Amino acid sequence: MADKKIQVPRATMPEQDPDVRRRNFEEVPLGLSSDMALTEAARCLQCKNPACVDGCPVSVDIPGFIKQIAQNDFQGAINKLWERNALPAVCGRVCPQEEQCEGKCILGKKGSPVAIGYLERFAADRERKTGTGEVPAVAETSGKKVAVIGSGPSGLTVAGDLLLKGHSVTIFEAFHKAGGVLVYGIPEFRLPKEIVASEVSALVKMGAKIECNSVVGASITIDELFEEGYDAVYIGVGAGLPRFMNLPGENLIGIYSANEYLTRTNLMKGYLFPEYDTPIARGKHVVVLGAGNVAMDSARTAMRLGADSVKIVYRRSRDEMPARAEELHHAEQEQIEFVLLTNPTQFFGDENGRLTGMECLKMELGEPDASGRRRPVPVEGSEFKIDCDLVVVSVGSNANPLLTNSTPDIALNRWGNIVGDPATGKTSKKGVWAGGDIVTGAATVILAMGAGRAAANSMHDYLTLGW
Amino acid sequence: MAKIVNREEMAQGTIILNEIEAPRISRKAKPGQFVILQADETGERIPLTMADTNPEKGTITIIYMIIGKSTARFKELMVGDEYFALIGPLGKPTHIENFGKVVCVGGGTGIAVLHPIARALKAAGNDVTTILGSRTYDLLIMEEKMKSASNTLHICTDDGSHGHHGFVTDVMKKVLEEEKIDLVVAIGPIPMMKFCSLITKEKNVKTFVSLNPIMVDGTGMCGCCRVSVGNETKFACVDGPEFDGHKVDFDELAKRLASYLDLEKDSLAAYEKCKIK
Repeated sequence: MADKKIQVPRATMPEQDPDVRRRNFEEVPLGLSSDMALTEAARCLQCKNPACVDGCPVSVDIPGFIKQIAQNDFQGAINKLWERNALPAVCGRVCPQEEQCEGKCILGKKGSPVAIGYLERFAADRERKTGTGEVPAVAETSGKKVAVIGSGPSGLTVAGDLLLKGHSVTIFEAFHKAGGVLVYGIPEFRLPKEIVASEVSALVKMGAKIECNSVVGASITIDELFEEGYDAVYIGVGAGLPRFMNLPGENLIGIYSANEYLTRTNLMKGYLFPEYDTPIARGKHVVVLGAGNVAMDSARTAMRLGADSVKIVYRRSRDEMPARAEELHHAEQEQIEFVLLTNPTQFFGDENGRLTGMECLKMELGEPDASGRRRPVPVEGSEFKIDCDLVVVSVGSNANPLLTNSTPDIALNRWGNIVGDPATGKTSKKGVWAGGDIVTGAATVILAMGAGRAAANSMHDYLTLGW
Repeated sequence: MAKIVNREEMAQGTIILNEIEAPRISRKAKPGQFVILQADETGERIPLTMADTNPEKGTITIIYMIIGKSTARFKELMVGDEYFALIGPLGKPTHIENFGKVVCVGGGTGIAVLHPIARALKAAGNDVTTILGSRTYDLLIMEEKMKSASNTLHICTDDGSHGHHGFVTDVMKKVLEEEKIDLVVAIGPIPMMKFCSLITKEKNVKTFVSLNPIMVDGTGMCGCCRVSVGNETKFACVDGPEFDGHKVDFDELAKRLASYLDLEKDSLAAYEKCKIK
């Protein structure tokens, strides 16, 4: 029986053709059909001690929801998912499944793991398109008020969990639209904004209030939230301070942080200019510095904005590129070039202050550094020039101090990240929890959601038991 | 929320005043801080430093010049209309203390930004001399308000239609020569702030300027508003908008402000064409 299941090949996700999709903003993977989902779900061995669940930061009952799909009970599948995950349509798309659930799947030892991500996405999309639109029932009201600061993945998770437990939740969002990095950062072609809006509206149906245009720390402080009657506060504001490289010429026109480039394009819909008013430069020859998922998003966005060439410039080698394998694969299919073992040294501009090119140095790999990766070392005299009119700096983010400056009694580490108890997210300030990138530094959507889940449990104890 | 409760056209309709309902912001805002406004869902986020606040009434006042599509769209918003988004107060407040003798120099809509700062400086006990400039007298704004926010007021017009015939820098130079000045605050067009700062640097008089680079989020998240101050890159939205005028690279700022000039022209032209239809 088991052998037979291994022989059925893993479902292949239908995708837009690379030559077509690299010039449009529509979603790249098209989703599994019902038949494909049924076949894929039948591959699951329904392990008694499922390793996949251990690999999931929010402990979704993976065999459980897959079993429902296999039995053609798609509503049952989404209900199973919702028990542990308020954002299945998002997670099915952006989780690094290969390192988590699928990485632990027993089928992966001999062949290919069950396509858990595809199935999660299938169940969520099916519900959104043809389901009843019903939301999970919330518990009887507790009379407690919770403020969630930031409407990104961790904040939405906290909100969903605490609503279910009967608490009143208000989400404070700095931008005019809820979703955090899911709306300003991750591009439309990887996560359609309509999906984020639908997951947010489910929370609203469950009773969440959302106050957009509220910059906590500037518009209102955490102490003022307590004065207004909130019983507990969750901080999930993300990292939010872009790193630059501090190289000569970095303020030339045409050099963007990834945050700015993606926010202009995604949140402000610069790709629809002039229908939308926020402009975005359409570079002919684009260079993206960095090799994480955000760098891939930036590079693929530049291609869709009509670039003739898009290069990823990265100082280490292919093996060290931090982006997911799938993102690298998609980028290469879309004719993004990888210029590896290369580090920029300065930027050049014209008399109007506009970027015309950059100088780089070739690197070679030396001894391993603190991260365990081999340290890139410059090759002397290897300077060369790359002509470009647009550069996106995507080398990570630091902790934005706007909120923490206004709340001096919350302890920070030496990088300015909030110190939160790793198991509960509790901060040094009474009644305040934190999670996601503001605690860990830039990481993934699902890790932020895992932190939100842990914090919500701890907050519930505090709100009901007083500790 | 963000409803316009009062609207005035100034400077022959080229500059508009909006008093907007914003109870939370009005209670928190301090001189020198800004807000970000968006007219509608498809609109741009436009940063504007507040010209006044009224915490009792729960309103703030902004004053903008019509220069592109976004401000042309703002102009259509009348009393009773609401902005789609209003965020603030953002940026660091002006450092107010009793410096002694202070000269405030303002031009264009910079006068609106200067207004609460001059008023606070005067209230803190400073002797405030204000010098305002415009191309012609009809384009000058807030003369009466600035008069009451200052101990002495000078007006300059490029065409000599009122006050001193010439630039604000002429009068500022004269004032600096006549008495010992402890602080200059210069807010207006970039050339004005640049030349004021050059003069005060020579005379070694501490000078603040308020910068208006292009912004997106206004909370330090994108780095669009970076300016070179001394040899450092600063984000105007969170490190400013006020900086030491002697250290600001005004030429870089002017170039960066022109980043999207072509696109902005196209956008405005398309909008005007659409309106004619």
